[in-house]
Amino acid sequence: MHEISLVENVIALVEDERRKQPFSRVRMIRLTVGALGHAEPEALRFCFEAVTNGTIADGARLEIETIPGEGWCLLCRQTVPLAERFAACPSCGSAGVRMTAGGDLHVSEMEVE
Amino acid sequence: MCTICGCGTTDIVEEHGVGHPTGAHAGPAQDHDHDHDHGQDHSHTHAHGAHHHEPAERTIDFGKGLAGLHIPGMTQERTIRIERDILSKNDALAEANRTRLIDTGTFALNLVSSPGSGKTSLLVRAITDLKDRWPIAVIEGDQQTSRDADRIRATGVPAVQVNTGKGCHLDAHMVGHALDHLPPLRDGLLFIENVGNLVCPAAFDLGEAHKVVVLSVTEGEDKPLKYPGMFAAADLMLLNKSDLLPHLEFDVAACLAAALRVNPYIQILTVSARTGEGLAAFYAWIEARGSLRPRIEESMVNGLGP
Repeated sequence: MHEISLVENVIALVEDERRKQPFSRVRMIRLTVGALGHAEPEALRFCFEAVTNGTIADGARLEIETIPGEGWCLLCRQTVPLAERFAACPSCGSAGVRMTAGGDLHVSEMEVE
Repeated sequence: MCTICGCGTTDIVEEHGVGHPTGAHAGPAQDHDHDHDHGQDHSHTHAHGAHHHEPAERTIDFGKGLAGLHIPGMTQERTIRIERDILSKNDALAEANRTRLIDTGTFALNLVSSPGSGKTSLLVRAITDLKDRWPIAVIEGDQQTSRDADRIRATGVPAVQVNTGKGCHLDAHMVGHALDHLPPLRDGLLFIENVGNLVCPAAFDLGEAHKVVVLSVTEGEDKPLKYPGMFAAADLMLLNKSDLLPHLEFDVAACLAAALRVNPYIQILTVSARTGEGLAAFYAWIEARGSLRPRIEESMVNGLGP
């Protein structure tokens, strides 16, 4: 359940931001999570409230934007959707697809007051 | 206006975020749900719309309801765009570890696997075989106990045990502290044995030169497909316990194919920590990949200094 650590990292980034521009409460945190990345959105949601409890992000709403996986097929020479990290090209069936998108894991924005 | 998400127009009497007063939400913007987790230390039965619980010692205080005190033109609400990688803090610490290791010419390998794949046995064997060639040290990650570090120390090399408590992986911060407790390994070899877990450690860079994933033949040949994140992150896979192959129906070729499907660049060696089979190739990999002195030249190329 490394999502707990990930949420702790999110809180650290929020604290960083607070040092730059003071605010006293976080209303919403939006994360961008790639479908092929290392974090499971449901697990992030599951632990978010518990981990943010008592922190600057206490009570914040969590929004997760999921970025679908994409890869570059070396045979088709085009970008193709990827459902799994190691999926074959949906057009030609070749396994020679290099993942190009969907590994994201970042805090994109937050609403504060 | 709802002070929690901005929807609706009804007055709201409280603003802590355990739940959303439903009375405030009449609009379409209801993609949030009522996240009441009753595992918390307050229990309450209430009708939504008017509840007003004040958790103990809450310091975030906006008076009694921000909406009621809202002054036009002086709204405090704002959106901050951050666009920062969630792992950026870990990655910065990992980079500091990496610089520190490169500066001393230390070649660091992060060993990852599920519990019971034989990482520690493999290390004990490798250290016994290699300790006369290079200075070696080990950082041992486990949730509890110093059993693994004790086994490593018995070989005569320094080891630091990091207990992660409930944590399921090592992170760069822990490794940085562990490095403080080890002597500098000039032109040496550092093994970091991660917590036995085929999922979580994949995401955390520790500052190592390479992740080495250990898979044992008792685990099933489709593991790389089931846990692709780890095999994608690793540069070398050691297929361990090869001495057991005669007793198992383990399809080595299928396993290698699965690993290569997830990571076409991964290198694979079949080894046995028990008999020593294949370990010479592992040591040659360490020497070649490595390291050691070439590492310093590489750091000069990267402008990090000798």
